[in-house]
Amino acid sequence: MKQILLKTEGISKYFHDPQTFQVLKSIDLEVRRGEFLSLVGKSGSGKSTLMYLLSTMDMDFEGKLQINNIELTGKKPDYLARFRNEHIGFVFQFHFLLPEFTALENVMIPALKLAKFPESEIKKRAMEKLDILGIADQADKVSSKLSGGQQQRVAIARALINNPLLIMGDEPTGNLDSVNSKIVFDTFRKLTQELGQTIIAVTHDDDFAAKTDRIIEMKDGRIL
Amino acid sequence: MNVNFKIAKTHLLAKPKQTLVAMLGVTFGIGMFITMVSLMTGLNNFTEDLTKIASADIRMYKDITEPRPTLLDKINPKAVNLVHSVKPKNESEKIRNALQIADLLRRDPEILGVAPRLTSQVFYNFGPVKLNGSVAGVDILEEDKLFDLNSKMKEGSLSALMTTSNGLIIGSGLAKKLSAKLGDLLILTTPQGITYSMKVVGVFQLGLGEIDNVRSYANLATVQKLLGKDAGYITDLNIKTTNYREARGKAEKIQAMYGYKAEDWETANSTLLAGAIIRDIMTYSVSITLLIVAGFGIYNILNMTIYSKMKDIAILKATGFAAKDVTGIFMTQSLIIGLFGSLMGLVVGYILSLLLAQVPFDGGDLLSIDALPISFDPKFYLIGIVFGVATTAVAGWMPARKAGKIDPIEIIRGI
Ligand SMILES: Nc1ncnc2c1ncn2[C@@H]1O[C@H](COP(=O)(O)OP(=O)(O)O)[C@@H](O)[C@H]1O
Ligand SMILES: [Mg+2]
Repeated sequence: MKQILLKTEGISKYFHDPQTFQVLKSIDLEVRRGEFLSLVGKSGSGKSTLMYLLSTMDMDFEGKLQINNIELTGKKPDYLARFRNEHIGFVFQFHFLLPEFTALENVMIPALKLAKFPESEIKKRAMEKLDILGIADQADKVSSKLSGGQQQRVAIARALINNPLLIMGDEPTGNLDSVNSKIVFDTFRKLTQELGQTIIAVTHDDDFAAKTDRIIEMKDGRIL
Repeated sequence: MNVNFKIAKTHLLAKPKQTLVAMLGVTFGIGMFITMVSLMTGLNNFTEDLTKIASADIRMYKDITEPRPTLLDKINPKAVNLVHSVKPKNESEKIRNALQIADLLRRDPEILGVAPRLTSQVFYNFGPVKLNGSVAGVDILEEDKLFDLNSKMKEGSLSALMTTSNGLIIGSGLAKKLSAKLGDLLILTTPQGITYSMKVVGVFQLGLGEIDNVRSYANLATVQKLLGKDAGYITDLNIKTTNYREARGKAEKIQAMYGYKAEDWETANSTLLAGAIIRDIMTYSVSITLLIVAGFGIYNILNMTIYSKMKDIAILKATGFAAKDVTGIFMTQSLIIGLFGSLMGLVVGYILSLLLAQVPFDGGDLLSIDALPISFDPKFYLIGIVFGVATTAVAGWMPARKAGKIDPIEIIRGI
């Protein structure tokens, strides 16, 4: 039995605008190290909201969140920022890159922030990540000049740069054609199998979900 | 290089035009400040120099315009005494024991020199010409210590006055009007009708028409004789202090100690020096206005930048940048704009000051300068850069803090 990496206990969340409404209802979830997990469910069921909580970007909820045995509820924003920087990689549906920076710089920035290694070492590692994603040849291009599929791969490389405990994706292939979707899926597969990376990905793509280790389905703010 | 700084730099370089415009706002403000303050300070110093040519740090004299206490007041100092129709007394302007007072003052370590003086109105007669003026009876060596007369001599010498009892050193304007030369004999007539023949032994030029055109220096004893007074008759003591900036306080102490009016140079020339305060107010109000305008410019540009960079801010925060990092990134941008804008402003201000220093300026009778007096005091350049950077720091603070507070989820969800 593999070690539990992420654990939630009775997470509930409310929105108060326009009226009070419970998005998440007592979510209990356990994710093991090395698992490739997909989160599915109808639009509006609360998947994105849950992902923002799990990634520590939104800490306004009831219940408990533990990652790597660290209790994260009640921690200060600066601590959480540092924690995200070091341990969590996030891939969005829209390839969120900093447009003025090159692909390589985009990948390097979270590591420069962490400042665990000298810049030359970070550069070397960033190139390795880009190589894993098959876009090392695009390293010096300004990110806004890359195609959608290439940008998403840069975003994944960026998520990997600090060797995080956990990678989360909110519909990471939602905006990609089938060729690029397959590349992203294969990359995730490889990361979990070969490097023991843990991944949680929200998806609408049944084929994508079917090939993951475990499917979690959400409906009306609950896990089925 | 710090990653926050690197991001700030990239943002600025990505929009060079906008960055430059923001910098130019600061440049303009600081440039104007430097130019104005250099000119105004130059003019202030110039006026001050002018007044210092003719005024001693402190002048002691008997102030007969002060209200005279009545006899009743002396007897009954605490009571309310009403005396009508008090007439002025024909008081002598003599400072009693002036030479002893001068000796006492000279012992004060804060006092560098004391020059006694006795002035009389006179008519100068030379051939057919008759001119109104004044003759100052002085101890020429003491006078030289205070006013550096030796360097103001155009012809003749100070020592010639000491060896000639009826010698006279006349102002250059006076010499010109009288067409008098060294060795010429002038007839001086006092208001009391006494005439005296005096020999021109020197010509001085202070650079102030109002003095050079009317004044002459003679030996103290000669003027005393001219006025029919005794050897102790002195009306003025001019005093030079170690620090003329503190003359006002010193004057008050001297006045309290000796009971004679002691007036510092600033009070004596207050009308002339009042312009300095107005010029200072003008300089600072114009500069501060310009800087506030520049500050608003930076505030706007930074707000716009932040608005267009919402997505980037969300990414940064999602990937682990804390609020203080994001605030830091935008503060850095603001400060870089401020620093470079101010530095350019200093250069612009320096160049404009150099140009102004070339502008011909006719001092009229006030010779010695032919171009606008400009101050190049490095102090103002330091103030300028502190001003500029401080303005941008204040202007940048609010937008930068707002950027730090942006909630990444709202942005991410919104797309
Ligand atoms: N900021 C918000 N304020 C109010 N309601 C919100 C907010 N964000 C999301 N919601 C609502 O919460 C529900 C869940 O949204 P979301 O987590 O985005 O669902 P999913 O990602 O599964 O499509 C939806 O009904 C959505 O309208
Ligand atoms: Mg969603």
